Amino acid sequence: MAKDQLLAVVTLNKEAVGGDVPIFFVSTEEEQSRVAGTLAQVMKAMVHDVGNGVYIIVKH
Amino acid sequence: MEQYGMTIGLGILMGTLARAYMLRSDYRQYPGYPHGYVTHMSLGFIAAALGSVALPAIAEKEFAAVTFLALAAQQFREVRNMERESLAALDEAELVPRGQDYIEGIARVFEQRNYLVIVTALATSSVNFFTRWPLLSILTGFAFLGVSEYLMKGKILGDIAKVEAGRLHFEGPLLKVNEIEIMNVGLPEMREKILRDGLAVVIHPKDDNARSTLHNMGQRQAIANVATAILGTKKDIDTPEFTPMVRKNIDIGSIALFCVPAEKDIESLVAAVERVPVLESARRAPLKTKAGRIAAD
Repeated sequence: MAKDQLLAVVTLNKEAVGGDVPIFFVSTEEEQSRVAGTLAQVMKAMVHDVGNGVYIIVKH
Repeated sequence: MEQYGMTIGLGILMGTLARAYMLRSDYRQYPGYPHGYVTHMSLGFIAAALGSVALPAIAEKEFAAVTFLALAAQQFREVRNMERESLAALDEAELVPRGQDYIEGIARVFEQRNYLVIVTALATSSVNFFTRWPLLSILTGFAFLGVSEYLMKGKILGDIAKVEAGRLHFEGPLLKVNEIEIMNVGLPEMREKILRDGLAVVIHPKDDNARSTLHNMGQRQAIANVATAILGTKKDIDTPEFTPMVRKNIDIGSIALFCVPAEKDIESLVAAVERVPVLESARRAPLKTKAGRIAAD
C-alpha cells in the first residue's frame, strides 16, 4: 500500500475532477472548507488546496 | 583469594559507580523508570566484576577467564538489541516519533556505557594490583569516570549550525518559513491557527559537513522529536496539519523547522534545537575527502 493516499476530493469545479476517488461537489467556499474539514477529521487525514477550486484529502 | 580481595572489590565498586554516574536521565535518555535502572545497574555490576577480575585471573595464569570478556561483549550487544526493540515499540505510540536513527543512537550509547564500565573497573583494579595503594586506584577510577564522560559527550546541533527564529507565512495555501517551503495547508481555519500558534526556526549549517549531516532524514526527525519533547505539540491524531516538519532549502541547504508547540516560546525552541544531539549515524564528513574539499570552494 502506498504511504500517501488520496482519500477524497472536495470540489467547487465540476469540470476539474473525475475518476474513481470519492468526489464531493459543493457550491460555496465555506461549504467546501466545512466539508473538507469534517472529512479530514473523520479520516485523520489532511486537506490540501490544489488551487483550482479543488481540495484533496490525503492520508500521510 | 584474600590477596585479590581489595583489587577486585575496588574494581567492582568504581565500575558500578561509573555506571550509576552514567545513568543520569533527561528528556531523551531513557530509562525513566525504576525497572530500567535496576536492569542497567545489574548489568553495570556484572561488567564491573568482569573488568576487575581480568588482571587477577591473568596473574593466576587462568587464561581461560579472559574468554569471559568475549562472552560479556556478546551480552552487551544484547543490551543494545533490548534497548532498540523496546524504544522502537514505544515509538509507535508517539505522536512525533523519535525515528530509527535516534533510537539506534540511544541503543548504541547504552551498549558503550557497559564497555566504559569494564575499562574503568580494569583500570582501578590494575592500579591496585600493581601499587597496592587503594587510594591511588580509587583516584584512577574517578579519572576514568571523567574520561568516560568526555567520551560519552557527543556533539550537539549548536556546534555545527546556527539556529535562529524564522518567520512563518503563507503563499496561497503554501506554508513557508522564510523562503523554505513546508507544506500545503488547505483549510483556511487551519492556516489562521498555524499563523497564530505556530513557531519556526531556521538552522544554518556552518560548513559542508554540517550541511550533509542536517540533510539526513533521521537527524531531522530527531530535531522534530526533541522540539516536541520540550515544548509539547498541539498535534493530535486528527490534526496532521500541526505535525512538526523539518524541510530544507534546496538551494542553500539550510533547514527549517516548523511546529505548533503547546508552549509558544521562541527562545525556548531555539535553545531546544541547539541542544539536539548530532546523531552518529547521520554524521557525514565530505570535507574529509579531496573531492569534497574541491566542491566546497
